[in-house]
Amino acid sequence: MSSKPNVAKSAIKHLFVALAMFGFGFALVPLYDVFCEITGLNGKVTGTVEKVDYTVDTSRTVTVQLLASKNAEMPWRFMALQEQIDLHPGEWKQIGFWASNTTASDMVSQAVPSITPARAAEYVQKTECFCFQQQPLAAGESKQMNMVFTISPELPEDIQTVSMVYTLFDSTEFADPETVAKLN
Amino acid sequence: MTTTTAAHDDHGHHGPAKGIMRWILTTNHKDIGTMYLWFSFIMLLTGGVMALIIRAELFQPGMQLIEPEFFNQMTTMHGLIMVFGAIMPAFVGLANWMVPMMVGAPDMALPRMNNLSFWILPFAFGMLLLTLFSEAGAPNFGWTFYAPLSTTYAPSSVTYFIFGVHLMGISSIMGAINIVATILNMRAPGMTYMKMPLFVWTWFITAYLLIAVMPVLAGVVTMMLMDIHFGTSFFNAAGGGDPVLFQHLFWFFGHPEVYIMILPAFGIVSHIIPTFSRKPLFGYSSMVYATASIAFLSFIVWAHHMFTVGLPLVTELFFMYATMVIAIPTGVKVFNWVSTMFQGSLTFETPMLFAIAFVILFTIGGFSGLMLAIAPADFQYHDTYFVVAHFHYVLVPGALFAIIAGVYFWLPKWCGNYYDEFLGKLHFWLSFIGVNITFFPMHFIGLAGMPRRIPDYALQFADFNAVASVGAFIFGFSQLLFLYIVIKTIRSGKQATPEVWEGADGLEWTLPSPAPYHSFSEPPQVK
Repeated sequence: MSSKPNVAKSAIKHLFVALAMFGFGFALVPLYDVFCEITGLNGKVTGTVEKVDYTVDTSRTVTVQLLASKNAEMPWRFMALQEQIDLHPGEWKQIGFWASNTTASDMVSQAVPSITPARAAEYVQKTECFCFQQQPLAAGESKQMNMVFTISPELPEDIQTVSMVYTLFDSTEFADPETVAKLN
Repeated sequence: MTTTTAAHDDHGHHGPAKGIMRWILTTNHKDIGTMYLWFSFIMLLTGGVMALIIRAELFQPGMQLIEPEFFNQMTTMHGLIMVFGAIMPAFVGLANWMVPMMVGAPDMALPRMNNLSFWILPFAFGMLLLTLFSEAGAPNFGWTFYAPLSTTYAPSSVTYFIFGVHLMGISSIMGAINIVATILNMRAPGMTYMKMPLFVWTWFITAYLLIAVMPVLAGVVTMMLMDIHFGTSFFNAAGGGDPVLFQHLFWFFGHPEVYIMILPAFGIVSHIIPTFSRKPLFGYSSMVYATASIAFLSFIVWAHHMFTVGLPLVTELFFMYATMVIAIPTGVKVFNWVSTMFQGSLTFETPMLFAIAFVILFTIGGFSGLMLAIAPADFQYHDTYFVVAHFHYVLVPGALFAIIAGVYFWLPKWCGNYYDEFLGKLHFWLSFIGVNITFFPMHFIGLAGMPRRIPDYALQFADFNAVASVGAFIFGFSQLLFLYIVIKTIRSGKQATPEVWEGADGLEWTLPSPAPYHSFSEPPQVK
């Protein structure tokens, strides 16, 4: 059954499979993201949406808890201006966080959001969020950072509380040029 | 049984070249198999010394012998060397020796690539081991090298680790392609797929797992390299990346990897148990299908290593049930081994002892795996010594015992002499007792909450840790007896018959013992 051309053919074929799998490893990086966004798994939130005028569901109230958290290496002060708010599904609200660069150097931050329960993530709609862009702060500067959002009336009845966590990271190293320009 | 075969050995074939160049330039599958096996044995002793350093430090609570930083380097290097340096090359070595002989081929399909895939390994592990002597010290982030511990917070030696992993990945992929090409193209006339010996079948499937997941590992370490040196942020949340992504990618490789380390063991045991039961293997085709199912399932269970990272409920449930499903094909295998022994005329030579110990102790490791698969319970077990107990039960009395069983089983075929049965049995009992004294108490301290990878621990774990350390030294030093037995067998011993074992079945046993340097130049006919 052995013949040289066949051996070479199977070797090359499998070498291509190996190369394709190397590529697939990299393809998994966006694929995991897409998968989580489609399914709403892992509390991934969709990006900016156009403002939709929902019929506000006044029959029920959802409590939204707001948590500010920092990466261990982030020296800023960061807090939610309100710890929690109540809203009717479909009602648009603006909430604020407050950040203060307590260091002596200009810095750039990036907030990473997460929503609990993860099931609620796909119903949270934001038209504006400080987490959509990197946020620069000059040394000693403070500012309020806003987020405008609603929770769509399709939210399952059994969810009465939604927690939104923002974790602030030091992104000075990864700052894009426009963000740095705002500092000067 | 009693035919003398010495006369058949000399056919005027040119034998091996002389001197060191024989080993550097060889393209002979038997030479390369031998080198793989010796290399993995050296790595086993190297990783073993590291394990004994760990166990010596853990003999008592408090810090006695080494610095905590060095302890972390030891756990990391022990894991890396045992997984990539000892277990995997040992299986490749056995495949090199046995697959061509079992399928009736004269050699591997790609002999020069075979030489290259072996000779990359000493350089890969040389690079990894040299980091121990660097100022930064060896990698210290665990063999699973989770980012950002292995990127942002890693010692500078991490780059050597990354290149080392690249090299061993290239070696494994080339080895796997070679085995696949051999099995696809070089089988003797008449050997259909469903007539292939099970060791060949399990390696065939393992090779596909290697081809599929080793490149993903190479991709992961490449991403680490880019994060560390080229300013990307695959795993750094500050730059838009995600550390959990690392775990998803790593375990997409990592779970098939653990089956890479056990499927060939299933194959070895499926040869040994029928031989010493003097019965054909029970349920050959179900064995093949079970192996294939396990391989398929290995791709869809990776997140059971990540139950505590904050997965949503649906995901936890999916990975929990998918993991539990693996118990079914594995159960089929255990059932078939036991059924093969049932009403057989059993004898208990050393390979059979190791194979039976494999079936029992691997099953214990499988059961603790099922306990870990229960997502809600895993929150208690995660990162404790219970996990350490689980994977050592499947890897030491699992994979390693199967390799040792295979070596005893095939050694008379390789070197033409029987090993000393008394010493073999002594080695078995010392290993069996040692392994259980070492790893069984780890279940208890794990359930009681002792975390893994910690050089110091609370007082209540002291007794079981002391017991485990004593067992580790018994087990570790009894492997020197193994070394002695193997060398003694190579040099002298009772001349082996071609069949070697009374109940042996397969093409490899039709060759004289020792197997001639060139075998099956004319393909045999399989009925």
